[in-house]
Amino acid sequence: MSYTPELALALLLIIPLVASVLIPLCRRHANIREAVTLISAALLLANVIYLVKIVAGGARPELHLGTFAGKFEIKFVLEPLGAVFAAIASSLWIINTLFSIGYMRGNEEKNQTRFYAFVAIAIAASMGIAASGNLITLFVFYEVLTLSTFPLVTHKGDAKAKRGGTIYALILMGTSLGLLLPAVIGVQVIAGTTDFMVGGVLEGKASMLAVSILLFLFAFGIGKAALMPVHPWLPNAMVAPTPVSALLHAVAVVKAGVFTMLKVVTYTFGPAIATGSSMSTILSWVAAFSIVIASIIAMRQDNLKKRLAYSTVSQLSYVTLGAMLATGYAIIGGALQIIMHAWGKITLFMCAGAIYTVAHRGEISKLNGLGRTMPWVFGAFLVGSLSIIGAPPMGGSWPKFFLMAGAIDSEKAILLAALIVSSILNVIYLIPIAVRGFMRPPDDPAKDAVIAIERKKHRWVIIPPVLTALGAFILFFFAGDMTDFLMPILPGGEF
Amino acid sequence: MGMLEFFPEWLQYHGAALAVVLPLLMGAICAILPSERLAWITTLIVVSICTVTAFGLLLVTFGGESVIYKMGGWDPPKGISYVIDGLNTPVIFLISAMALLTTLYGLPSVVAEVEPKKRAPFYGAFLIGVAGLLGMVVTGDAFNVFVFLEVSSISTYVLVAMGASRDRRALAAAYRYLILGSIGATFFVIGLGFLYMETGTLNMADIGRKLQELEGGSRVAMVAFGFITVGLGLKLAMFPLHMWLPGAYAHAPSFVTVFLASTATKAALYLMLRFSFTVFDVSFDYVLTVVTYLFTGLGCAAMVLGSLQAIFQTDARRTLAYSSVAQVGYMLLGVGMATSLGLTAGYVHLLNHAVIKGALFFALGAFWYRYGITRTEDFAGLGKMMPWTMGAFTLGGLSLIGVPLTAGFISKLQLAEAALQRGWGWAVFVIMATSILAIIYIGRLILTAYFQAPPEIDGEVVKRNEAPLMMLIPMWILVALSITIGVNSDFVVQAGQMAAEVLGGIS
Amino acid sequence: MFSAIFENFHYTIVIILMMTGLYVVFSSGNLIKKLVGLSVFQTSVFLLYISIGKVRGGQPPILVDDHSSGGEHASAATNLLAGAAEVPAGGAHHASDVLYSNPLPHVLILTAIVVGVATLAIGLALTVRIREVYGSIEEDVINEIDYRYNLEGTDS
Repeated sequence: MSYTPELALALLLIIPLVASVLIPLCRRHANIREAVTLISAALLLANVIYLVKIVAGGARPELHLGTFAGKFEIKFVLEPLGAVFAAIASSLWIINTLFSIGYMRGNEEKNQTRFYAFVAIAIAASMGIAASGNLITLFVFYEVLTLSTFPLVTHKGDAKAKRGGTIYALILMGTSLGLLLPAVIGVQVIAGTTDFMVGGVLEGKASMLAVSILLFLFAFGIGKAALMPVHPWLPNAMVAPTPVSALLHAVAVVKAGVFTMLKVVTYTFGPAIATGSSMSTILSWVAAFSIVIASIIAMRQDNLKKRLAYSTVSQLSYVTLGAMLATGYAIIGGALQIIMHAWGKITLFMCAGAIYTVAHRGEISKLNGLGRTMPWVFGAFLVGSLSIIGAPPMGGSWPKFFLMAGAIDSEKAILLAALIVSSILNVIYLIPIAVRGFMRPPDDPAKDAVIAIERKKHRWVIIPPVLTALGAFILFFFAGDMTDFLMPILPGGEF
Repeated sequence: MGMLEFFPEWLQYHGAALAVVLPLLMGAICAILPSERLAWITTLIVVSICTVTAFGLLLVTFGGESVIYKMGGWDPPKGISYVIDGLNTPVIFLISAMALLTTLYGLPSVVAEVEPKKRAPFYGAFLIGVAGLLGMVVTGDAFNVFVFLEVSSISTYVLVAMGASRDRRALAAAYRYLILGSIGATFFVIGLGFLYMETGTLNMADIGRKLQELEGGSRVAMVAFGFITVGLGLKLAMFPLHMWLPGAYAHAPSFVTVFLASTATKAALYLMLRFSFTVFDVSFDYVLTVVTYLFTGLGCAAMVLGSLQAIFQTDARRTLAYSSVAQVGYMLLGVGMATSLGLTAGYVHLLNHAVIKGALFFALGAFWYRYGITRTEDFAGLGKMMPWTMGAFTLGGLSLIGVPLTAGFISKLQLAEAALQRGWGWAVFVIMATSILAIIYIGRLILTAYFQAPPEIDGEVVKRNEAPLMMLIPMWILVALSITIGVNSDFVVQAGQMAAEVLGGIS
Repeated sequence: MFSAIFENFHYTIVIILMMTGLYVVFSSGNLIKKLVGLSVFQTSVFLLYISIGKVRGGQPPILVDDHSSGGEHASAATNLLAGAAEVPAGGAHHASDVLYSNPLPHVLILTAIVVGVATLAIGLALTVRIREVYGSIEEDVINEIDYRYNLEGTDS
């Protein structure tokens, strides 16, 4: 069997699934177990890089896995948007595994085998979402992702974890079964297919009412995109260990949500979205509202992870906003936001995890002067913050630029205002954290001195955030390439 | 169908009779066998033969053929004929295969739940029940349906009452079931009487033909349809007529509950389909009205109210029993659409639900077997105490909710698509809203099992004590089947389409 | 109005019995009385079936001599069945000139009677067992005991 694009596509799923089987088999040898995870992650990344190159060359590898339930078909097609998502998830899996090793060992968490196995399944589900060739395939893996992350969210197994996990599962499964699935079937009935096609499948087939209803169902049915008011699962999922929060709630789960949103808008609705323009306008306001309100809530959180969670809610709505504006700039802006925010936010989460592991602190008010003992971590945090805010020369500046251009394009000044206000709010709730660490005098210098010694034991929670921070910076210079890569997703291939 | 070659010609023809007569005869013999082990082996052999036969018949109809077996060589419509077609073979196979799995499961379970000297008669009653169910599905004669309906019902009353040695409420439940079941059967037979007055025949195909000629017939036929609907409605636990079901499911021996939950209501639903769509026909106004408004309305009511009641139960078996009421509602909704897609969906759910509920009740039976657990609050720590059984329960529960890659998802997908095709957008929301209710009542059990510590007895934490292999095997067969259907449901959907083809329905 | 009732007096009786039986089943709290009601209800159906087999002016369906010859009608029973099945009830003209009543409903109802007896037997057996275990055959009392059992959750 030679290494063909189709095989590579299949390997996207196979590699993490094999890992999820091997990991429990090696449960008695922690080092081998972690090695399995790392090797699979590396293999997966190599595989994804190969696929990205092929997709950049214009090919669209396809794989049919057969039909189920009559007309519905399990089908994989890799296109630029999916390739981008696969690239993010696979590259960050490696870095996050390094971090997980440091964190899980550093905090002596229980059931580590279960943890690594379910992370592998979740990655497989993400790959399935990335490569899905139609809505029903996407839906299947979307649900698998929810279920496979449930044991991760409730990893601690105490009452708090149970509560958080219940809210997590109830909202995500409730919205997906209650709203997303009817929408998917609706598309099948109206268009006769749920395949993803450039230019959409609904054009000329759906009435204004149908498009409006479908848009509404998708917007709130994709609960992972955390559009208000279906966002509460995100802050509640913060009961999970930090590596889970970092990988799944800054990368895999939430990105799967907004990725689905973008994919639906570009490949299912296409220009047909204009038929339901009043609904998409309303939804873009809801997104803008989410952006601002979530930022305001984030400002009031003292728990670092909670603050980051609300920041995520706010940042995700940027993508939803881009999808709802549906102009060329806005969609590319949304896609770039997925990439940039992933690198920025995972940096912030890993920094939070590093601070927790080394200094055992989770509240922002207790971080005074800690930057002096942990300069690398706080440095990385600052870089990540700047990228989230969208300050050049950080990667995060590009999506903001494109989204603003999109808002101007569609002549919605009020949305532009929302974007600007949100950036200001971002500065207010993120920058003081790093500033507090560097500028304020430590509350208890003696304790910090102990932490400085402690720090040396926890190399593997400190190196990964520094790496991702570096990534967030470097990505700034590759925005042009990425835009070129993503261009074919727009009908006509230009803005 | 290459596999058909393994089945001799005579079996393909005589199989229909064999599958009914064999358990009927052996049931009587089984009851007087001196040893319970011997009775078990006899039962196992009989249901295995039935299963193999049913599989052969299934293959015959998958090949696109149907068989009319003439009992005693009498030609229909005078003689009693057994009909094998696309509509009933999947149900025949379902009943016999479930009988086989429950028999395997029964080896440990019956020992734990039935008094020693009653075990051989217990298996006897079980075999007669199997014969009754198979008979009512396979026969083409309307009065014969009544007879087999009563055969299966009477043996079921006995089987439910056998639960008395572990839970005395089984007696009251069996009594209640007896009263309501007899009323249902009597209603059914009244309906048949009117039907006979109208058409002068009892052969179902013949009645169908005569009614077509009469274009639906007079008021007598209408009244007949009303009585038959109510009578069968009682048997299949159609919403307001479901009162007997929770008690019977909750207090019967686990063995009986599994078998009842996955076959009895299904066979009755099959009869409802047979009578509404082939004996009567949706081209008659009154039938269409009843199917469209009554079945759909009561189906939706069952889905919502059944699921709500399931949430508020303190006993896990009752939760699942009310869930069964709700699931029958899904099937009725599909049937109520009366379109080809709707009928396919309803039929597919009939098969899928049997698999899912079977697995869930198997797991509940194992919990009782090891720890005597039926109450929701006692689920605490089961995830650690019986990981394999609880794993099966979790997967079955996910399937019940309708999570992708499980059988339940296929059902819901089909139902929702059929509803949209029919232009019933509201039905999709009822389906999905009740799925969310299912998340709540299943999730509650699963969360309790995994997130609460095992109880302590005399200061010692209860130790892990997995169910015996004979219980785990049938349980996991069903779980694996549910997942297989979720991944590739072609054969189930094909069975549904085959049934829908026989039923016709509106275009 | 009245003449219609009198002409179909057998239906009137059937309806009265049916309603009486059902009423007793639902209204009575005593398990034995419920069974009595059930039996009355079932019996009414037997009467319904028997009465529809009656043909005005019809003879009892007993064949005295086997007048059919050849292989076409092998036995008397076939003849009868043929007569019953081919012509709608209410006017069972036999091939010969003699008018017979329709025997098929009687045959059917024999089966139903057997079924009814079996059901009644099981019902009575269950009542005996309930009396042993609960010490009562009044539904209220049994429900009360079960309700308390549910609340306390322990076996007595």
